[in-house]
Amino acid sequence: MKSNKAQYRRYTRSGWGNFFYFFFLIIFGLFSVLPIIYTICTSLKPLEEILIFPPRFFVTRPTFENYAALPKLLSNLKVPLSRYVFNSFFVSIITTVLHLFIASMAAFVLAKLKFKGSKALFMIIQFALLYNTYTLAIPQYVIFSETRIIDTYWVYILPYLPSTLGVFLMKQFIDSSIPDALLEAGRIDGAGFFRIYWQIAFPIMRPAWLTLTLFAFRDLWSMQPQGTIFSEELKMLPNIMSTISSGGIARSGSAMAATVILLIPPITIYMLTQGSVMQTMGSAGIKE
Amino acid sequence: MINLEGKIIVKLKRSKFGGNSEIRTGMIMLSPFLILFFVFTILPILSSIVLSFTTYDMIAAPKFNGFANYIKMFSADDMFPKVLRNTLVLAIITGPIGYILSFLLAWMINELNRGMRTVLSFLFYAPALSTNVYFIWQVLFSGDSYGYINSALLSLGFISEPIQWFKDANYVMVIVIVVQLWMSMGISFLANISGLQNVNPEMYEAGCIDGIRNRWAELWYITLPSMKSILLFGAVMQIQSSFSIGSVVTALAGFPSVNYSVDTLVTMLMDVGTSRYEMGYASAMSVFLFALMAVTRVVVGKLVDSIGK
Repeated sequence: MKSNKAQYRRYTRSGWGNFFYFFFLIIFGLFSVLPIIYTICTSLKPLEEILIFPPRFFVTRPTFENYAALPKLLSNLKVPLSRYVFNSFFVSIITTVLHLFIASMAAFVLAKLKFKGSKALFMIIQFALLYNTYTLAIPQYVIFSETRIIDTYWVYILPYLPSTLGVFLMKQFIDSSIPDALLEAGRIDGAGFFRIYWQIAFPIMRPAWLTLTLFAFRDLWSMQPQGTIFSEELKMLPNIMSTISSGGIARSGSAMAATVILLIPPITIYMLTQGSVMQTMGSAGIKE
Repeated sequence: MINLEGKIIVKLKRSKFGGNSEIRTGMIMLSPFLILFFVFTILPILSSIVLSFTTYDMIAAPKFNGFANYIKMFSADDMFPKVLRNTLVLAIITGPIGYILSFLLAWMINELNRGMRTVLSFLFYAPALSTNVYFIWQVLFSGDSYGYINSALLSLGFISEPIQWFKDANYVMVIVIVVQLWMSMGISFLANISGLQNVNPEMYEAGCIDGIRNRWAELWYITLPSMKSILLFGAVMQIQSSFSIGSVVTALAGFPSVNYSVDTLVTMLMDVGTSRYEMGYASAMSVFLFALMAVTRVVVGKLVDSIGK
């Protein structure tokens, strides 16, 4: 096998090919990260450097004063800052956890149980991947209003729970990583269908649920529903950004500092789940 | 003896999950998803089809009015054609470019070693993680001379006074496209990286024996065809995001944007529905958007299927 591998690899890239390869990677790498680096730099700039003209990209005398100024800047919000922090974490964590259970149970049933209509149901789910909360906003709004959940936490939580991406990714992962034979052992021991899911399948599905944790948390963390949440006590962290940035240029350091802080949770989760994401996404294909 | 035989037979019969008690447990496990999926996805689609043939203000009961909403959309509303044009321009530009980029970059970093691949995939994916951070672009393109782009152009002498980027219909579309592309290395990018890793190396070997002599031929005849299902998944994700561009637009250009130069179906829907409460009309636009996306999905499915042929 090894010697074969050495034989077939293969052709080399021309000089120009190499040039374009690196050129392309570098250009797009810079396009991706420069705005984020600029944010971090600006968040560390003292006021004089923010007001300097022409503005410099990098920071020369880094300081944490923009971060230190945040609590005071945010002290005159309509509700205490801690409430926004609580809302963000509460909604993101509760919804993510519930979503994981609901999606993994449904995916397990769709993957392993033979019942009438299971194929059709999965086809519908696969097609529904096309529509997200933005495209469904209007009819969902009617439903929110009919069920009287407007201006409650439910507006964040309920529509996200049946997110089709979760069920889809989990089902594909089960199909490719959990063979029936593995579950058979549990059956011979007399375990019921739910126990087999919970004790055998769920632990094996770890990469898939870590992946969903990333996607769900990312979506929920940045959620700013339009027209469905009015009470300030129910709003999440992204809403405080407008309060800070309305302070104009002098506040832009603090606005960037808040931005950097908001970026930390999703980036941390990505760092922790990265390996699992790669393992899971390989089975995400749609077959028609 | 009989007992033992009986047991064996039962076991053989049950070798696939599908016994009565399993079906019952299974249905209970499926029901939370099924109920919520019905209420928040299926029912919205069905109800918007019904409501699209009515006038409905959320107070009085819906009143049937035939095709009036659809007729209004195409002949009596001067905002709708603009918004439709913007939606299509954004989808046609950011959709394919974002899609091709997310494959191309994944393909390019695929040949690097594991460490480099991990670092670069993080760098490319980082903007998608910073969903709310397009605020950065507001600062970069800020309309006064402190905006980074303005000051750079000013000091290089390209312009003599700062440009109001978000107030100028000529620029605002371009900025939205740039920002959208910036965030487009998302789920499909990750799926592509992972999918490329899963292509069976023996396929490349076989291709080499069959006379494939360069990367492009290998890409077209081996890599792409063996990733078709991942490519279709990526395409679906791309259609989903490029037709629902809205919050970026509102965050950058406000609502309504200058002369509706960059408002999309999604931003107009929100306005017609949740501030003007013309739910019948908003539903008709929603149905139109659903149909537009479904048609695109079918066409793209056919295109992906023809890869490598």
